[in-house]
Amino acid sequence: MSGSRMKPDTLRVRQLVDVTEEAGDMVSLYFRDVQCSQALPGQYVMIWVPGVDEVPMSLSTIGRRKVSSVTVRPVGEATRYICDLKAGNMVGVRGPFGNGYTLECDLPLVVAGGVGAASLTPLAESLVTRGVRPTFVLGARNEEQLVFRERLKNLLDEGLVLATDDGSCGFKGFASDCALKLMDERQFDVVYTCGPELMMALIFRSAEDRGIQVQASLERYIKCAVGLCGSCAIGPYRVCKDGPVLTTDQLKVVRDEFGLQRMDPSGQAIKVDH
Amino acid sequence: MSQLSLAVDIAGLRLRNPTMNAAGVLGISGPLLKRVYEGGAGAVVTKSLGPVPREGHHNPTLVTVEGGVLNAMGLPNPGADYFVDVIRWLKGEGVPVVASFFGATIEEFRDVACTLSDAGVDALELNCSCPNVVEEMGMLGADCLNTEAVTAAVKEVAKTPVFVKLSPNVTDISEIARGAERGGADAITACNTLIGMAVDVDMRRPILANTTGGLSGPALKPVALRCVWEIAKTVDIPIIGCGGVTNWRDAVEFLLCGASAVEIGTAVMERGVEVFGMVVEGIRSYLEVNGFKEVKDIVGLAHET
Repeated sequence: MSGSRMKPDTLRVRQLVDVTEEAGDMVSLYFRDVQCSQALPGQYVMIWVPGVDEVPMSLSTIGRRKVSSVTVRPVGEATRYICDLKAGNMVGVRGPFGNGYTLECDLPLVVAGGVGAASLTPLAESLVTRGVRPTFVLGARNEEQLVFRERLKNLLDEGLVLATDDGSCGFKGFASDCALKLMDERQFDVVYTCGPELMMALIFRSAEDRGIQVQASLERYIKCAVGLCGSCAIGPYRVCKDGPVLTTDQLKVVRDEFGLQRMDPSGQAIKVDH
Repeated sequence: MSQLSLAVDIAGLRLRNPTMNAAGVLGISGPLLKRVYEGGAGAVVTKSLGPVPREGHHNPTLVTVEGGVLNAMGLPNPGADYFVDVIRWLKGEGVPVVASFFGATIEEFRDVACTLSDAGVDALELNCSCPNVVEEMGMLGADCLNTEAVTAAVKEVAKTPVFVKLSPNVTDISEIARGAERGGADAITACNTLIGMAVDVDMRRPILANTTGGLSGPALKPVALRCVWEIAKTVDIPIIGCGGVTNWRDAVEFLLCGASAVEIGTAVMERGVEVFGMVVEGIRSYLEVNGFKEVKDIVGLAHET
């Protein structure tokens, strides 16, 4: 059952070894899983709670002491239920799926909005391990919502830039505004971003103007997670399999959709509103 | 030496090669279907379209099992009216389009067929065999007389060839195929997924939210081959083989059993949209090595005594 030869798309059930509260009502669920401990930053898993739902979640910890985690923000019925789980409870896990971030860079800027920090924190850890120290903008509505602040501070020290919409901590304004200011002040070769799509679209356009490569982690309605059903399509890409991380070249192809429209569960286009 | 041709003619529908995607695979998005065509398919098949938008079932909607995949998507689709623009866009891009469609009643089947036919599709694939919506849709395809009636109703309004996709979850699939042929079907697609289920021993629950789902992939292939074989012995109209085609060898097996073309679905999971081009190239080599001139030379060859 726990063998490393098992394919990642095979469903397995894992016991939660720890459940910790994070900033802003977010919750991290920790579990032991060989496949997840070998994941790339930016990959995601499908978390199954019987009778409730199965939802895509970025890995927020990858294999530290063989334990991985996902970090959940209670926004809907399923995520609220998942946030109420306790250590000892079990969840189904499929994955890790998707491509993850590409680590090649020299002067990276990382821009996290809200729970987007979940996939970008393991990225920052991997970059540091490779000897690259990113500038990391951690943005949230207010100070209470700044997730992984201590973990990132310990990792990056001066490299961590805090931004809050209400100015309760650090830069006053959106994470994207903070990122734009930094792009004007300093030299970067890659921008990694995950968070609200409107924020990412703004960052993409600004980085494109400056000739900086972007890697953005997108969110779409994921059902199969293995590239079969197409429910997560953006242009010719399947977010579940070709993504979730799209690069500048791919984002140019989907310029008419990125930050503007997405498919609802029936496949009809709806407006991206956050 | 004359030129080897991979082109096929299915009830008047001329395709550059005998491969298509199976309905439900990537077919909810125009750009993804275009990618299927660019990956080498001879035509593309849309997600099954109904009279109104449907969200489908809750997750989990898919789980991998030994030898394949179980899915219970629950026919999510944006509705036939919504898809008209997608079909027109694909046609404008030069992509041959087969529209898969369904309804809850014979009248709904006919109305949806009319909408899609008017949109300019190259063929219709009547899906009366989805295993995941049995209670709502009644699975008309389980009954010979119903299959004949729904096919006849659709044929009244269709301006294009009509393929009828049959279910393997019946006692005698050839009898249903005969019903479709009597109703005027131009071709039979065989077959849809096989009903199954998966249970997790730790959760002690069925995995799929819908409890049961349709089995596809290599595990389905022997069943699908048998379906094609039996149907080929029963009807005179062309057959499109579907069920577990992963490589050219699988495709050739279907052709030998009597299929004029194949649909590929689950293999996209492991091999990507490039699977179509790879299967086509394999068929080409097979024809070449064995001295055949075109695909139809091997259709049904295994039946010869």
